[in-house]
Amino acid sequence: MPQGELCNRKPIVTDEQLKLTLSDKSGKKYYAEMLELDVDTNALWATIQKTMKARLKTWLEICAHCGMCADSCFLYQVNDCVPEQVPSYKIQSTLGHIVKKKGNVDNEFMRHCMKVAWSQCTCCNRCGMYCPHGIDMGVMFSYLRGLLYSQGFVPWELKIGSGMHRVYRAQMDVTTEDWVETCEWMAEETEEEWPGLTIPVDKQDAEIMYTCNAREPKHYPEDLAEAAVLFHVAGTNWTVPSEGWEQTSLSMFAGDWECCKDNVNHVYDAIERLNPARVTGTECGHAHRATVIEGPYWAGREDGLPPKPYIHYVEWLAEALREGKLKIDPAKRIKEPVTLQDSCNYVRNQGLKDVTREIISYIVEPGYFVEMAPNKEHNYCCGGGGGFNGIGMYREQRNVALRKKMDQILDTGCKLVIAPCHNCWDAIRDLEEEYEIGIRWSFLKPLIIGMLDIPEGMRVEW
Amino acid sequence: MYELLTGPLLWLVFAISFGGLLVRVVLYFKGLSQQLDRVAYKAHLSYGLKGAFNSIISWLNPVGARAWRKKPGYTFIFFAFHIGLLATPIFLAAHNIMLQENLGFSLPQMPAFFADLLSWTVIVACVAIILRRIALPEVRILTTAYDYLLLVITVAPFVTGLIARYQMGDYQFWLLAHIITGEIWLLCLPFTKLSHCVLFFCSRAQLGMDYGIKRGGLKGSTFSW
Ligand code: SF4
Ligand code: SF4
Ligand code: SF4
Repeated sequence: MPQGELCNRKPIVTDEQLKLTLSDKSGKKYYAEMLELDVDTNALWATIQKTMKARLKTWLEICAHCGMCADSCFLYQVNDCVPEQVPSYKIQSTLGHIVKKKGNVDNEFMRHCMKVAWSQCTCCNRCGMYCPHGIDMGVMFSYLRGLLYSQGFVPWELKIGSGMHRVYRAQMDVTTEDWVETCEWMAEETEEEWPGLTIPVDKQDAEIMYTCNAREPKHYPEDLAEAAVLFHVAGTNWTVPSEGWEQTSLSMFAGDWECCKDNVNHVYDAIERLNPARVTGTECGHAHRATVIEGPYWAGREDGLPPKPYIHYVEWLAEALREGKLKIDPAKRIKEPVTLQDSCNYVRNQGLKDVTREIISYIVEPGYFVEMAPNKEHNYCCGGGGGFNGIGMYREQRNVALRKKMDQILDTGCKLVIAPCHNCWDAIRDLEEEYEIGIRWSFLKPLIIGMLDIPEGMRVEW
Repeated sequence: MYELLTGPLLWLVFAISFGGLLVRVVLYFKGLSQQLDRVAYKAHLSYGLKGAFNSIISWLNPVGARAWRKKPGYTFIFFAFHIGLLATPIFLAAHNIMLQENLGFSLPQMPAFFADLLSWTVIVACVAIILRRIALPEVRILTTAYDYLLLVITVAPFVTGLIARYQMGDYQFWLLAHIITGEIWLLCLPFTKLSHCVLFFCSRAQLGMDYGIKRGGLKGSTFSW
């Protein structure tokens, strides 16, 4: 059978198809259909010829098979150093094989590739720093994911994820109305405590336009409220767009590049429409990577930059603290050992390592901050990156992957972990659920709000 | 035979080898795509070049990259192998005499004793590399017959050169063997993975640009390799 009803080469573009795929519990039917899915080998090879450029070709060719990359990969480390987890092996035996065969591979092989691409690599880009040739497996796996997606070999959750982005332009079924209502609702709720607080939608020429992760309006609307509180206290002239507010990209994890482009253009349109001086997003690593670091290229922007300066939330926060727009009450600073999770997506992919430590210097009593080892650009993935967190079929492998972060955290001796990345936050939560090591974890927003030195009369105490 | 091998044929080999390598470099850079690679090479050239330079220098220095520092044993073997491999043929007295005769100039020469030492280093390092390939599971799984073949092609001129130098067996035969294996090695450079002798610089420069631009450079953070 060439194409299934749920599992096929066509992206999900209608609400109907989305609901149908969603209703297939854990993708049972979807994966059953995948067993029969044909590989369009001609199309596969044509795509490779068109999109595989000098860099990737050279990487595949000159890999010295030296194994220097082996223990740079946390998945190799936590899986008892089995050679099948050596980064170079993972890519050579999947993408390398497809290229060698000129795309002439079968269903079984594609399913094998899917497993490797989504359960043996989180695209954390760490190995690239340890390879003498600078071969970055994270980049190559993203490419492989694109090929697999185009042939329909993609985990059920990510097919849905990118379908959500295509249909709703959000990773969850949050419509424009839902979003605007949530903003209004949160503004009302929060205003009781913070008189004068608003969440202005579609305001022109603001200082800052704020974008977020659709899971926030859907499941943690308080995050939006917290952002509003901090903008309010800092006296920021800010706004959220009614359209183009969602900056995440499960399509990036799925390898659905067409959808990535559509989504990021949607956000850029909002920027052009509202003309803010700058944009900032929420505490999310992959959203930032998608919209700010990779997005400009999807959108075909020559300078590789978004239409307006677009900073990560940690940059906005550090600036507000530095400039005294937000003041921390010294008595409320953190006075217990605390550590920080460096998100690969904005540390290894954009160099934002010092700015998070600057925030720490304001909010943690000196002597209490403990670095993870290794840290900054050498830090390990939380264990759930690249979509790994969300894929049911690979839950077991993901749980093994969490062990690296567990060991890193245990080594610090801290009970509190600051994780200014949505996905890292989720992974650390799951880590505690799975292994019960007795830790707490937090985004920056609630921590800071709890520590603020608030001007008299700004907040109503109940 | 000797005349042919060190005369016209040698020039042809040089032309193919160095011309071929040049073509590989040109094709590499021509084949980059700002959109598909997701690096705006041209728009932030100065950041990019800084990153490229940083990346290359860090990796040419045996203590410059964290990866090197973490594996001192392998790093030592690796550098010994590559230094011997490059320095010996270029600064060998006998080669320079040929150069002098043919082109009328020569490079600084190294003492014979030193050349012997370097040649032995290459051979010993090669054996160590092979043993490492066999001994470590994470390297064994990557290793193919092609990897061994390339190692053989690479050390063959050194083995034959040393045999000729010590005048073991038939000198003329080993000298010719040395020249032929050397020319085979040169011919393989552009067409095999040995092309990494130039593509290493391309790839490193490229990733260095990536880091120097979007992966931190524009944010003013220097990247520690
Ligand atoms: S370190 Fe680089 S060259 Fe060596 S095996 Fe890994 S990817 Fe290949
Ligand atoms: S990108 Fe990260 S997870 Fe993937 S192979 Fe490299 S180190 Fe491992
Ligand atoms: S979830 Fe966080 S730690 Fe994991 S890969 Fe993504 S950014 Fe890195």
